[in-house]
Amino acid sequence: MIAAPAPRELHAPGVAAPSGFASRPALGALWEIIADVPDPEIPVVSVVELGILRGVEWDPTDASTLVVTVTPTYSGCPATDVIMASIRAAAIGAGVARVRIETRLFPAWTTDWMTSEGRRKLRDYGIAPPDGTRSNPPSTTTAIDVAGISPLRRGVPVACPRCGSRQTQLLSQFGSTACKAHWRCLACLEPFDYFKPH
Amino acid sequence: MTRDEQLFDYLLRLGDSPLILAQRLGEWVGHGPVLEEDIAQANVGLDLLGQARMWLSYAGEVEVRFRSAGRDEDQLAFLRDAGDFRNLLLAEQPNGNFADTTARQFLFDAWHLLLLRALAGSGDARIAGIAAKSAKEAAYHVERSGDWVIRLGDGTDESHAKIQTAIDDLWMYTGEMFAPDPIELALIEAGIAADVRELATPWRQHVDAVFGAATLKAPEAMFMQQGGKRGAHTEHLGHLLAEMQVLPRAHAGARW
Repeated sequence: MIAAPAPRELHAPGVAAPSGFASRPALGALWEIIADVPDPEIPVVSVVELGILRGVEWDPTDASTLVVTVTPTYSGCPATDVIMASIRAAAIGAGVARVRIETRLFPAWTTDWMTSEGRRKLRDYGIAPPDGTRSNPPSTTTAIDVAGISPLRRGVPVACPRCGSRQTQLLSQFGSTACKAHWRCLACLEPFDYFKPH
Repeated sequence: MTRDEQLFDYLLRLGDSPLILAQRLGEWVGHGPVLEEDIAQANVGLDLLGQARMWLSYAGEVEVRFRSAGRDEDQLAFLRDAGDFRNLLLAEQPNGNFADTTARQFLFDAWHLLLLRALAGSGDARIAGIAAKSAKEAAYHVERSGDWVIRLGDGTDESHAKIQTAIDDLWMYTGEMFAPDPIELALIEAGIAADVRELATPWRQHVDAVFGAATLKAPEAMFMQQGGKRGAHTEHLGHLLAEMQVLPRAHAGARW
């Protein structure tokens, strides 16, 4: 798992900020506040637990502008705009004068960045978390190998988030959102969403 | 044509195919054969629409370098006419029945994944970043559409006949996917564009493998339709655009 980069402190906590920025909140505190922003479609997990918050720092050329770097999940995810707006609102609510949200596409978001706490919360919420880890697909044009990229063809069946059984079956590659597949448990007979390894 | 003008045209090609195909998939919403597939079609369309936005936004930023005012993603999507679109002819073909849509999706997805993986090595860092991200989504798409080709082909007599007919009807639109024009050749030379000629063999291998599992036959070599890259489209695109563009054209500048 790749940990999100630690926020950079421009001045140590508790030490007076350089003159002119006396009212500027500390970056560590801002990171904590922004980290609490939830995914609007899966509100039990935050932007940090999802692995999409990549950086919080002051703009080096404008000391009152906070730059928040985000790596979005799926290209067409409609939650992205809401998440951006929520991050902006959280920072402004914490006393930041201006916020600029930068989108970082590369390296592309992967569920490997999801924290173990995030995975646990998903399971408790009834969504099977992504199995194991996965690396980005190889940049090859020689063949299409669909084995290993798919929740359908991975060796071990997904465990039911309710009863834990691995007697489960894929119903559709897509579930209620772009990031999830639709499965059912053959043991407890409940349908469930599976957060796809990506 | 300057390098920026070539790049602009190339970015329209990359963005227009997923945009137009996303619009087609959106037409299925509420009409899918089962709820799960209705949702799946919409989700594939959503991925493609998100990818189109990234390509067209970049195109607009390149356009401003050689035209006094560049257009944004919305202007490029909603205020161009059919002759200015650069999408593949395959992408604009009508939905037909579920087999027609499935065949169109599979033939496109297999090409799209290979293209995006090749573009992930582009000398243009912005193109490489968008492509690497999009390739991960395309990998899911080609798996799903391939599964459905197998399910329909190796299904009932009726589903087999329908998907075979769909493949036979759409095959003539696959040739242009692997035929670079002078703009593309110049950008391949510059290390920016993907050399689509190199995609033909792995594409065909994957298509043949899936057709084999599906008990389907690839059509014999035939005359291939071309024209998407220069804006010479089938009659279907104008009708699609009429529906896609009516609101922003009738209510210019309208905002949510």
